[in-house]
Amino acid sequence: FQVEYAMEAVKRGSAVVGVRGADCVVLGVERKAVAQLQDARTIRKICKLDDHLTIAFAGFTADARVLIEKARIEAQSYRLTCEDAPSIDYMARHIAKTQQSYTQRGGVRPFGVSSMISGFNSDKSPQLYLTDPAGTYSAWKAHAIGGRNEKAVQEFLEKNWTATLAEDESIRLTIKALLEVVDSGSKNMEVVVSRCGEKVRNLTEEELEVIIADIEREQEEAKKSNQEATAMET
Amino acid sequence: MDHLIGLVGDGYALVAADRKVAHSIIAVKHDEDKILKLDGSKLLGCVGELGDTKNFSEFIQKNMALYALQNGTELSTHAAAHFIRGEISYALRRSPKLCNMVLVGYDKDVGPSLYHTDYLGGMHKMNFGGHGYGSFFAVSLLDRLWKPNMSLDEGIALMKQVFVEINTRFLVGGSTFTLKVVDKDGVRTIDLGDDEMKA
Repeated sequence: FQVEYAMEAVKRGSAVVGVRGADCVVLGVERKAVAQLQDARTIRKICKLDDHLTIAFAGFTADARVLIEKARIEAQSYRLTCEDAPSIDYMARHIAKTQQSYTQRGGVRPFGVSSMISGFNSDKSPQLYLTDPAGTYSAWKAHAIGGRNEKAVQEFLEKNWTATLAEDESIRLTIKALLEVVDSGSKNMEVVVSRCGEKVRNLTEEELEVIIADIEREQEEAKKSNQEATAMET
Repeated sequence: MDHLIGLVGDGYALVAADRKVAHSIIAVKHDEDKILKLDGSKLLGCVGELGDTKNFSEFIQKNMALYALQNGTELSTHAAAHFIRGEISYALRRSPKLCNMVLVGYDKDVGPSLYHTDYLGGMHKMNFGGHGYGSFFAVSLLDRLWKPNMSLDEGIALMKQVFVEINTRFLVGGSTFTLKVVDKDGVRTIDLGDDEMKA
């Protein structure tokens, strides 16, 4: 049962959307409205695991913090013994193994965290991995966790993902998916883009505003042409 | 024995090390890089017992990377030096690390700094310093010729004079050197050209 409760905790977390493009990976998170006196900058849902790996999580923030710290130490330990950066598969497997080990012994409870890890394979192909409280890990082309309506967002992604998404298309898809559950506005989301061999890029508020405005304009136009079409029919 | 020398100048710090690896009377390698890039703004020249030097300096490097990931910012040179010194001290009466080091770093608020550490855990912040037989000659020369706030070109010229002196007066000649600099733009190697060091 504990695992199921942990998965509930994830469902109640704020939304995370990950999209694997042709040559990049985009992670987008919902930034829940902060209390008036809270400093919004200190709430980081997207973290660096290592120079080439980024992780976003949904669920208990505290559990995620512990999990990410363990993962970071493991990444450096791998670099120290193997003189090489750990592969994304290795890190996902390690995190999943850690999560699983907390489901099968006494006196502990599972991590109430699902995480999405973005990175690249040794052959430069982009990868998106998902881990859950049960300790399973899998690679995805696009996925959504947490948020008001996880299923709806996932269906949206399934309908709209294609294998040849360029970087800007991947970003658009991520934001569109987030907009399904998040109130509009660049203040309510954070989007991060990873490209192979380059530093991870955090989209600025201005960039987000531009894209969101464009998406909304597109949706307005689609709605209008729909209305005109139905008006003409009557 | 390995030569390791460092000096601080106007907005930069230089560190140089020789490139020979020796096992008793055999020179195994002539192109070993003994200066490790700890992070974007620090260099650690580490000489001494062969396995210890690599092992210890890489351990420090990975710990500093971990710190940067966890805290979103790099360690200061001062903090790094004390971390290194602490690790050497801790190991001293358990499993001593025979590493003699010169740590140079650049911080935005403090500027360039040089920390000279020996294998017993003695550490001092200095303007210039070194380890090994070569340091005897180097430090005498720097005592006379080093002045505060030298430009990078002056600093490099001074280092070249040190290399020539070592190759002239040390019993085992023919040493080539790696010279690296750290300043506000980060860490880079200085290309010395082939003709510079042969005495």
